Amino acid sequence: MVEFNIFRYDPDKGGEPYFQKYQFEPEKGMTILEGLTYINENLDPSVAYRASCREAVCGSCAMHINDMYRLACKTQISVMGSKITLRPLSHLPILKDLVVDLNPFFGHFKVIKPYFIPKEQPPQKEYIQSIAQRKKIDAWLDCILCGACYGSCPVAGKDENYLGPHALLKALRFVDDSRDGGAKERIAVVARDNGIFRCHTVFNCQKVCPKDLDPSGAIARLKMKTVFRKF
Amino acid sequence: MLFHEILIVGGGLAGMRAAIEAAKKVKDVAIVSRVHPMRSHSGEAQGGINAALANVEAGKDDNLDKHAFDTIKGSDFLADQDASEYLTYHGPETIFEMEHWGCPFSRTPEGKVAQRPFGGAGYPRTCYATDKTGLYLLQTLYEQIIKANIKVYEEWVVFALGHENGNCYGIIAYDPNSGELVPMGANAVIFGTGGIGRIYANTTNALTNTGLAMGAPFWAGVPLKDIEFIQFHPTSLARSHILMTEGCRGEGGYLINNKGERFMKNYVSEKVMELGPRDIVSRSIQTEINEGRGFPDGSIHLDLRHLGAAKIMDRLPGIRDICLSFIGIDPIYEPIPITPGTHYSMGGVDTDIDGACRMKGLYAAGECACVSMHGANRLGGNSLLDTIVYGAKAGKKASEYVEDKEKGPKTKVLDEALKKEESKIAQWKKGTGEGNPYKIKNELSEVMVEGFGIFRNEQAMVKGLSKIKELKEKSKKLRPAFNGKKYNYDVIGFYDMQGNLDVAEAIATGAIARKESRGSHFRTDFKTRDDANWLKHTLAYFTETGPRLDYSPVKITKYKPEERKY
Repeated sequence: MVEFNIFRYDPDKGGEPYFQKYQFEPEKGMTILEGLTYINENLDPSVAYRASCREAVCGSCAMHINDMYRLACKTQISVMGSKITLRPLSHLPILKDLVVDLNPFFGHFKVIKPYFIPKEQPPQKEYIQSIAQRKKIDAWLDCILCGACYGSCPVAGKDENYLGPHALLKALRFVDDSRDGGAKERIAVVARDNGIFRCHTVFNCQKVCPKDLDPSGAIARLKMKTVFRKF
Repeated sequence: MLFHEILIVGGGLAGMRAAIEAAKKVKDVAIVSRVHPMRSHSGEAQGGINAALANVEAGKDDNLDKHAFDTIKGSDFLADQDASEYLTYHGPETIFEMEHWGCPFSRTPEGKVAQRPFGGAGYPRTCYATDKTGLYLLQTLYEQIIKANIKVYEEWVVFALGHENGNCYGIIAYDPNSGELVPMGANAVIFGTGGIGRIYANTTNALTNTGLAMGAPFWAGVPLKDIEFIQFHPTSLARSHILMTEGCRGEGGYLINNKGERFMKNYVSEKVMELGPRDIVSRSIQTEINEGRGFPDGSIHLDLRHLGAAKIMDRLPGIRDICLSFIGIDPIYEPIPITPGTHYSMGGVDTDIDGACRMKGLYAAGECACVSMHGANRLGGNSLLDTIVYGAKAGKKASEYVEDKEKGPKTKVLDEALKKEESKIAQWKKGTGEGNPYKIKNELSEVMVEGFGIFRNEQAMVKGLSKIKELKEKSKKLRPAFNGKKYNYDVIGFYDMQGNLDVAEAIATGAIARKESRGSHFRTDFKTRDDANWLKHTLAYFTETGPRLDYSPVKITKYKPEERKY
């Protein structure tokens, strides 16, 4: 038997948020997301949560599971134990139950100019990029914008203007791309008060990232690039 | 009332590429998407995107016509050949456009876009970005959507079209944040809603890929074309059916039965082996399983071990990650247990070569559409290309269509459409309350695997269809719980169920009628292709009593149908 203890809040009804318990017998190999699906289909269709790919690529189902921000689809019930507490991502307005308003999160993302800015007129065919140059961005590419890092970041909790680990990591993805010419304008943005220097290097983002990315490292690298530019 | 000159339904690759193209000419373009664009199922595509670039030594003799021919042969000659040619001829420029927008393709030693072999292709033609090509393309297009400042209605689910006298004037959408049904006017609507894999239990598709993807146009009278052709991907992870990319075999992976044998040599030539087209490889795997040469858990093994750790980490890091996270296996040291899984719908909303439907002002592109360029079996790597090439085309054609149209919503038509949906929901609320919509959805998905899977026959299909009709009857008694208005997944689940049931019935009816085997539609009671009677597209029209079938000719340009051998 497993017990899911789920954060509930219904804006239609108002009042205070509360936790609701659901018990069921989990199947072998069942994930937290499959547990939520089971509850939705058999016990209570009113629990609101986001889900889509169920394979850790779409970023829908990031939430606080027991002790940490995780993807519900990538987390096994058996690993979490017999009591499982689910809470929504922190630092974002709650819409219903486990569903938060991601507009502030994507709003910060849009500030860093998260699109390719060509250095030169594109060639007839592809830009030539060596295997080594391509490798340089490899570590910054896999972000699925799930929000686990943002929810875990104490600075994001204190300062709603802080751009957040996800946006800063994305900035480095372009700064480090040999084909991109927007480094100067992007660094100007991330070097503002609400950017890289706001990071307290707590490493929570690195710890929770379900894609094993290192936003802390990316921020450190951006700091270095910014400082060297000053001289 | 909300109005946009062009509304795009779906924020995946096809929808976003359509929006970008349409916005070049038309100012007021918006996307309505069931999930945030970055959550789209396009992002789960792994192995790559085809274009005859001839970037690698083994592919130096490749060209656009060879890509077209492979696509048409792969389709078992059901593709409209002009549509396949349009697709493949626009391959290289599409790759360069994505690359110029920053897509991080993997590279050759010369610094060009890297290419790998894929099934059913004569040359290494599949351009890739490790094994996350879909995710990186999705990022690239979402970045362009931000740059172009295109409005996105996130998490709005489209339930119906507003239409009158064969003209489409907009949509009815559910906004989960307000909990309201919202009429939205438009002079043109483009559907890029993706696949319907969740109709089947054993699917590689995301939870959101339900029959509703094609539901609204179908219910509005637009036919579904060749909908009986469902692709079963040879390699999906046992239990969860998460996709294991064809790139695994493209990079040299083996398929092994319980005798330790590379059994594909018994089905195709030694030169082709694991890289046959998907329909043939899936049938081969299923035959091995059916004849007792599978492993005790019912799987076949996909073995990558001989590729070595370095190659696996470099070319297939995502596959390794999925195996570690979801089944606790490291493919560097252990083979991966796989079975075929329902993957892709070759059929879909009927369009012409411009992406235009048989309803003025309505367009469709990507998996939800059937132009048709994939015919009876799609080649791996052609669907990503399809989304971008035909997404752009539909966007362009829609922008031309709206040019001389008066701006503003047709309020009367949309109000009526809204009322119709509201009364449908009111009707559901009057149900006796027997049963559970999820149980019907789950039961249906088992019926489809059983009756309309890799091997089909009259008896099993007729049984399956009567079961579908039974489930449809049962669904009429259901009563939704409708707990509150906001984020009411129950109402979405209801529409998903309706979409699943009606599209499933169309698949079943089309499959029973087609008395031949072609591509993915394989009948043990009619084992060969029958060009004399069946070289034609199926058209299924929605009626209250079940789909009405019609047929349309296949466009042949220069490739005469021949026996398909690999």
